[in-house]
Amino acid sequence: MYGGGYIFDEPDRRQRTEEYEHDIPEKLAEFEARIEGGEKIEPDDWMPSEYRRQLIRLIEQHANSEIIGALPEGTWITRAPGFRRKMVLIAKVQDEIGHGQLLYNAAETLGKSREAMINDLLSGKTKYSNVFNYPAETWADVTVIGFLIDAAAIINQVANSRGSYGPYCRALERICYEESFHLKQGHEAFVGLAAGTPMQRRMLQDALNRWWQPIMHFFGPPDTISAHTEKLMQWKVKMASNDDMRDHFLNDYVPKVWELGLTLPDPNLKKNGETGRWEYSDPDWDLFFKVIKGDGPCNKERLAVRSWAEEHGRWVRQALMSSKYRRHAPVA
Amino acid sequence: MKSTNHIKDLITKMADDELILGHRNSEWTGLGPILEEDIAFSSMAQDKIGHALALYEILHEQFDEKDPDHYAFLRNEKEYKCCHLVEFPIGEYDFSLMRHFLFDYAEMIRYETLANSSFEPFRLLSKKVKGELKYHTLHAEEWIKQLGNATDESHARMQQELNHCFPLAAGIFEPAKEFESQLMDEKIYPGEKKLYELWLDKIYSVVTQASLNLPDIGKVQPVFGGREGYHTEYLQLLLDEMSEVYKLDPGANW
Repeated sequence: MYGGGYIFDEPDRRQRTEEYEHDIPEKLAEFEARIEGGEKIEPDDWMPSEYRRQLIRLIEQHANSEIIGALPEGTWITRAPGFRRKMVLIAKVQDEIGHGQLLYNAAETLGKSREAMINDLLSGKTKYSNVFNYPAETWADVTVIGFLIDAAAIINQVANSRGSYGPYCRALERICYEESFHLKQGHEAFVGLAAGTPMQRRMLQDALNRWWQPIMHFFGPPDTISAHTEKLMQWKVKMASNDDMRDHFLNDYVPKVWELGLTLPDPNLKKNGETGRWEYSDPDWDLFFKVIKGDGPCNKERLAVRSWAEEHGRWVRQALMSSKYRRHAPVA
Repeated sequence: MKSTNHIKDLITKMADDELILGHRNSEWTGLGPILEEDIAFSSMAQDKIGHALALYEILHEQFDEKDPDHYAFLRNEKEYKCCHLVEFPIGEYDFSLMRHFLFDYAEMIRYETLANSSFEPFRLLSKKVKGELKYHTLHAEEWIKQLGNATDESHARMQQELNHCFPLAAGIFEPAKEFESQLMDEKIYPGEKKLYELWLDKIYSVVTQASLNLPDIGKVQPVFGGREGYHTEYLQLLLDEMSEVYKLDPGANW
């Protein structure tokens, strides 16, 4: 997982104006020509400060989403039914933490430290994918997350991996490779319940019903109300519009859910034969913004867990920084 | 037919230790003091649970016990033979790290000696497991040395947890009352007393390099009971959680 399409931006107009003034028009033209020509931008290259700011925001939020996204599934590791599910789930969630690590490293190349990013996450200054503010109530939720949320995230991440910033693209290549296994495991566990006992099918249908709205929110608001998209697309920071990614997702995965005899809680969900686009009831965007602002069912719980890790791990990090003892490379 | 209860008892206690500690280690996923430690504890959890599975498979295939899922998830608390050390909640990182250090060295020594066991499945398993444990013990050693030597707080925490964990870790080596001499006579393994001595030698050098002091060995009261089915209050809670979904329908395919 887990990059959602919607990237939260703290409005700070004054700062942006100041930064624009420091950018040099000739360099900007050269920079935009490089991107236009398909070149990757590397950490030491000149870049407009707005590009740097937007990328930090994007990668940081993606990294935050990985480590927060590990939590709803992580709570099910200890309850996973049977050896196979247990081992697979540990490995999967571990990968997500690893993705967080990779992405924080990629964002660090732009000049913001991991510590600063974690602090901003905990203070609420920066966000993570909204979808993780909902609870994973049963084992079936784990399979819905592992299948459909991971699938949605892959669409977003594959798009972003064709972006313009080298370190982010390289991190995403590896992430997408691992994600393709996650999707397989999610699908397999999902099908396992769908093809299981009546009780297992009921669990799964219930989980689908509860997760459908967050999934529809996943790619962010419709293009008509999504801000600051044009420049980001020109700079290849954002690679596909929210609506396009949502349509891509519906097209690939709704039939797979229906094939299993399951339903989705939207009577208007159907593919329009003429336009080739999917139609659906408008998800509740007021709720979406309310959850982003911190009033979702699990916002406080998620950050409380991360805060515990930060506070209780502080003595360890201080000890790592101590100059008294320096580690030696192990003779492995 | 010759009784195999002695081997089954040994396998069960080894497997239960691995399963329960693997379960505990997995609880660090998402909570570690640094992301790298989340990842490390998750890796070790996977290895430990994998070792448990391999041992339960031996029970299933060689001794007609129930299949591993059934055996691991559905026994009564009294039927588990794990030691108390592995049962405790993860607590703070200092406790979990010290437990990992003491347990993994004990595990390493056990599997090293099993390379010469007269029981072939142990010899085969030993080969695979030793390779993994090399990294677990390297990880533990590096961290114990770093934290033992770094700040006043980290040193104090490590010493306190060493004192706290040591009698529990000595409980790993609780001899099997009924079976110990038979296991040794048949050269299945060298016996808990021998393993305990080898373990003390190994950890002593790391503890010293970490500027820590072992408690007075002569006065330590090992925490026994787990091998006989007497457990801490934490085990039942862990088992309830572990089997929560599986028990909804043990016959279903999950």
